Amino acid sequence: MSHKLVDLRRLVLVVTLTPLTAALAVGLGILLGGWGVAAAIAAGLAGLAFGLWLIPRNWRAWGYAERLDDLLVTRGVMYRQLTVVPYGRMQYVDVASGPLERRYGLATVQLHTASPATDAKIPGLPTAEAARLRDRLSELGEAQAAGL
Amino acid sequence: MTDVSRDPGGTPAHFKRLHPLTPLLRGWAFLAAAIGFGGQDALRSGDMGRFGLTVVGIAVLGMITGLVSWWFTRYGFDGDALRIDSGVLNRRSRRVRLDRLQAVDINRPLAGRLLGVSELRLEVAGGGKAEAPLQYLAVDDAIRLRAELLARAAGIDADTPEAPERVVHEVPLDRLVWSTVLSSTFAFGVLMLVGMAVAFAIVPDRRAIVSVSWSVLPGMIAIGVALWNQLGRNFGFVLAESPDGYRIRKGLLDTQHQTVPPGRVQGVAMRQPLLWRWKGWVKLDVDVAGYAGDSTEDVGRTSTLLPVATYDEAAAVLRYVVPGADPLAVPTEPAPRRARYLRPVGWKRLAYGFDEHVVVVREGILYRNVTVVPHAKTQSVRVTQGPVQRRLGLATVRVDTTPGPVDAVIRHRFATEARTIVEEQAERARLARKADIPEQWMSRRSVPPDSASPDGDADGDGQPAASIERDQE
Repeated sequence: MSHKLVDLRRLVLVVTLTPLTAALAVGLGILLGGWGVAAAIAAGLAGLAFGLWLIPRNWRAWGYAERLDDLLVTRGVMYRQLTVVPYGRMQYVDVASGPLERRYGLATVQLHTASPATDAKIPGLPTAEAARLRDRLSELGEAQAAGL
Repeated sequence: MTDVSRDPGGTPAHFKRLHPLTPLLRGWAFLAAAIGFGGQDALRSGDMGRFGLTVVGIAVLGMITGLVSWWFTRYGFDGDALRIDSGVLNRRSRRVRLDRLQAVDINRPLAGRLLGVSELRLEVAGGGKAEAPLQYLAVDDAIRLRAELLARAAGIDADTPEAPERVVHEVPLDRLVWSTVLSSTFAFGVLMLVGMAVAFAIVPDRRAIVSVSWSVLPGMIAIGVALWNQLGRNFGFVLAESPDGYRIRKGLLDTQHQTVPPGRVQGVAMRQPLLWRWKGWVKLDVDVAGYAGDSTEDVGRTSTLLPVATYDEAAAVLRYVVPGADPLAVPTEPAPRRARYLRPVGWKRLAYGFDEHVVVVREGILYRNVTVVPHAKTQSVRVTQGPVQRRLGLATVRVDTTPGPVDAVIRHRFATEARTIVEEQAERARLARKADIPEQWMSRRSVPPDSASPDGDADGDGQPAASIERDQE
């Protein structure tokens, strides 16, 4: 997973937090005056600091491994999850890349099985790696395919 | 532009139309809505003549659209797939691959029973949502089509008549009624009524009585519907076995015939509601891919394997639908003592076990659940760990199956053990998949399953089970 994902998420954090803080500051400013504005800005800064600390931590927890018969995906810091998806169980592979992700040259690969509970998403892969993984997974999936 | 029958790749001549009464039956709901809305309007304005005219107009219009749509809808076999062509301006051609067939149902709504027609619904895995049903077919046609669908899906000659069946279990009416009475829904309803009666006896205020009665009416209706679902839907429940898999017949007003071919059961859950315990009754629910349906109501309707049975009867059925295994005899191992912090009540009953065919999960103290998932049907395996679990060194393992009421969740095991379970489960699933029943269950594999390379033709997973082509006119 590319470290660019951290940059992207930080950018998203700042972009969403700024208007939220501004709105809160205006609201509290009307209600409480100067102190309200200060409190809103403090809350915004606290949120920013927490987010900036959380994002790289969360990023480090993501991981995937291509094994002989299955794909392993890990995620989460507070709520940890490890998913094992046998290649033969794959129904299809999704590669998604939003406008912002594209700007950073990133893509998200997601595996789907017949179970909606299967949660095998790998975000923030460099586009080339995402394409390689997709092709590799489809190839392995076809080779090991089994009926439901 | 207008002559649709001559569009490229036109409908072959041997394709059949649905039953001619289809527009009438389908238009029924439409007409009822028209009467409902128009009627309200007419009552308000008092202009009955205009109302009558509107309803007749809508009825004629609906009938014409229904007729046109009926005329342009045809179905038939195209190669080894069922093809349904429909649509007037937007032609739609839908191919349903039969090697992926998961279940065939013949449903007969009350109106359909009176007119001698039924709907045929086929479930194929993939896409998630159910295929459009063939509404409506003559009863004989539906049965013949079902036999042909099953024969083709089994990989044998299409003209093979329907396989003979042997009744495995019939639910006696008195037991079904008792099982309904002993449900918590019924108990709750009775409690509510008694409570209200007592309250009214103490405070005999007429206005209060009326307003309270009105406010609890929706709740009472909901309870009535829930009770009806157990009683009316499962009325005359018969479970039978045949070479084409298990068959279920049930229903008092709307009847339903289900056929689920062998190897289509993705998981089974045995459940025992609290009040059934002194009778020793249990019920069985199954996961079948495609049955998940669009609504929870659908799930309840299609995923019942046994609405009520004694433990021994259910055990026999369980052995039949999960071939090669005796799930209830699988030794299970309880969760570690530490699980009591996360589940103070009932932690002793959390247990899991496995043999060479299935994973078995037991839990519940007031209700008792046994969940059985064949290794071969494991879609993926997950370990999840929340913050509290991490402190305690515990983790939960989930064996994912196709959508439905059955979920195998092995709760609160030691983290290291959970990791081992996942690894081993993935391996067991891999081995079991190789030995699983082939999709075309009648066609024998000529090579032993162990040395056979997975044959991509019958099992090509990447391809969609059904495809829809549209072409705009």
